[in-house]
Amino acid sequence: MADALTLARALADPQSLTLDTDWIGLITTARAEQLLGTLAYRLDGLPLPEDVALLLADARTAAENGRRAALWEAEMARRALAPLGCAVVLLKGTAFVAGGLSAGRGRSIGDLDILVPRDALDAVEAALLAAGWEWVKPDPYDDAYYRRWMHELPPLIHRERDRMIDVHHTILPLTARIRPDAPALLVDAQPLGNGLSLLSPDDMAVHAAAHLFADGDLAGGLRNLWDIHCLIGEHGDDGLAARARHHGLAREMARALRLSRRLFGTPPPVEAPGWSDRLYLRRLLARDDWGRPIRPLTRLVFYIRSHWLRMPPAMLARHLWTKWRRG
Amino acid sequence: MRYRAPPAEALLTAGLDAFTAVFHRPSGITHLLASPAPEILTVLADEPLDLDALLARLADRFDLADADRAALAARLDELMVAGLVEAA
Amino acid sequence: MRHVFSVRIGPIGFRVGSDWREPIDQLRELYRYYPSPNLPDFTVRLEATRPWRRLVRPSIRIAGDYTLPEAAPLPLAQGLLAAEMAMNLQLALGGRRHLLLHASCVERDGRALLMTGESGAGKSTLATLLAAKGWRFMGDEFALIDPETGLVHAFPRLISLKNAGIAAAMAAQPDARFGPLLAGTPKGDIRHMVPDGLAVGAMDEPARPVLLLFPRYGHAAETLPVRGSEAFVRLTQASTNYVAMGEAGFATLTRLVRTVPAQAIDYPDGAAAVAQVEALWRTL
Repeated sequence: MADALTLARALADPQSLTLDTDWIGLITTARAEQLLGTLAYRLDGLPLPEDVALLLADARTAAENGRRAALWEAEMARRALAPLGCAVVLLKGTAFVAGGLSAGRGRSIGDLDILVPRDALDAVEAALLAAGWEWVKPDPYDDAYYRRWMHELPPLIHRERDRMIDVHHTILPLTARIRPDAPALLVDAQPLGNGLSLLSPDDMAVHAAAHLFADGDLAGGLRNLWDIHCLIGEHGDDGLAARARHHGLAREMARALRLSRRLFGTPPPVEAPGWSDRLYLRRLLARDDWGRPIRPLTRLVFYIRSHWLRMPPAMLARHLWTKWRRG
Repeated sequence: MRYRAPPAEALLTAGLDAFTAVFHRPSGITHLLASPAPEILTVLADEPLDLDALLARLADRFDLADADRAALAARLDELMVAGLVEAA
Repeated sequence: MRHVFSVRIGPIGFRVGSDWREPIDQLRELYRYYPSPNLPDFTVRLEATRPWRRLVRPSIRIAGDYTLPEAAPLPLAQGLLAAEMAMNLQLALGGRRHLLLHASCVERDGRALLMTGESGAGKSTLATLLAAKGWRFMGDEFALIDPETGLVHAFPRLISLKNAGIAAAMAAQPDARFGPLLAGTPKGDIRHMVPDGLAVGAMDEPARPVLLLFPRYGHAAETLPVRGSEAFVRLTQASTNYVAMGEAGFATLTRLVRTVPAQAIDYPDGAAAVAQVEALWRTL
């Protein structure tokens, strides 16, 4: 059965696509993995069948509009938070486009993610609420869990613009065994000159690796891994292993690099993957040419594992029990 | 406090009877504005001004019905919420 | 996927994959005279909610390039409805090449009439009534406006008739082709009608919009002009992709409301509406 390997190859080496490519399969897989805009930019300028070229041109336009909306959200957050004078660091997709990075080309961007100092959280929350953002979910249990344990405020959405903002104070949930050095992230952040900052290039790569493995069940993993491939490709990986070790994420960063090298050919090349890397690759490519998620058992393994990473087992049992009781 | 509006190239405008449809390019958001909002944006695009200077400039350049300071402040607040005007 | 069908409706191509044969057979029969796409714009999947639900109390989950996660599954007997809803959803959420207006559209002499309004306003019924009087039916769900030219392109998908409208349409157009009766859907009884030969044969010919109507059913006959600013606001609400289209959306819609007169038309019944429309048309 087809999986997303064709997509990974197409992104890594667009020139390798031949005339008898299953275009609709490739496009559908890309769309399902939120990589259609990225693919469209990678294929821009190559000789393609006319229909395909038109569809990809539409995808580039859509990505442009998405980029504009994301940068505007960042600007409106900047205006709301400027009076506080605290550090405001852009994260993920918005950071890539604000920094003009190759990881941002064609990237689909959802919510705005920012990182602020932990002791500024209350002030940031108040300023955003005053500027037209409001809470998404008024569920007291979820709220208590969020505030106490998660690495971010409960989600906020802007009343008029209908766009979400996630305010982080570190890059992993507090209950995870891994504790990144949040103050170091802020100290080494690079100002854009308008009051907003980006993480340092090494920290961006480490954050992407953290997000890819420790933060979730690998849904959207292929896109995250492509981010890492672009970040390394643009900035290199000198000092990256040391920085990752400093944040307690050495294993995750190393695995991300191995997988990126395996799938996308990020230099330097790597040898055959071990069994555990092969499991991750299976999960990352679990999408067929009709856009369907495949490999349900592999997915289940990663879903349970992701919750285990975020919480100690006793807490996990209690959390899942309470969630099930709510139906 | 001084107020600032984006330069003319940042907006697409289309007059529709009593209203002006404005496409704000930095945000991709469309606004439907009635006088004096379009005139305020035109004046503030040239240079940032405070409330009194803006009031005077508007009275000077345009034929506005009521040059009321409080009403102008209210319009500016609305435009700030909409993202079309910011503090300079 | 097990069973597959592709169709082009106006400028939009779809491929539909299904875990069951019946909906595909029905689609293939009803869309018999429609062209096939070279490269489908959108993918739809009709999937069993669980592997065993393919056979036991078969239940269809609508999936594809775009989905609404909270959508309830439909029984297999309503597979055709699921497919039609899914195709509409792909275009509504993913359409980018044309400005999409939630409107019906008919054409005469290369000039198009657009009718838009809330559910129940009658835009679908009016379009079919006018088609029965010789107008070319261009669509009853979406009107596609080309940003480059301002022309409207046809999207003549199957017409979705509901409840009392079914008998009325079958009486008015006994020669038309109809799909199966789907009873007990979330919206009552539904039956699909295939647009006539003119609609299907001419689907690739765009037309220039010259009149925009906001019809309202069940009131004494009256026609009132609608100002451009009001038409603009109402049309942004009637468009699923105005925001996503960005500058092109703004340019297309402002040009439309500045060049095309708009009227609100209240009407007591179909026959009166047709008369009002044709009277208006003569004044253009």
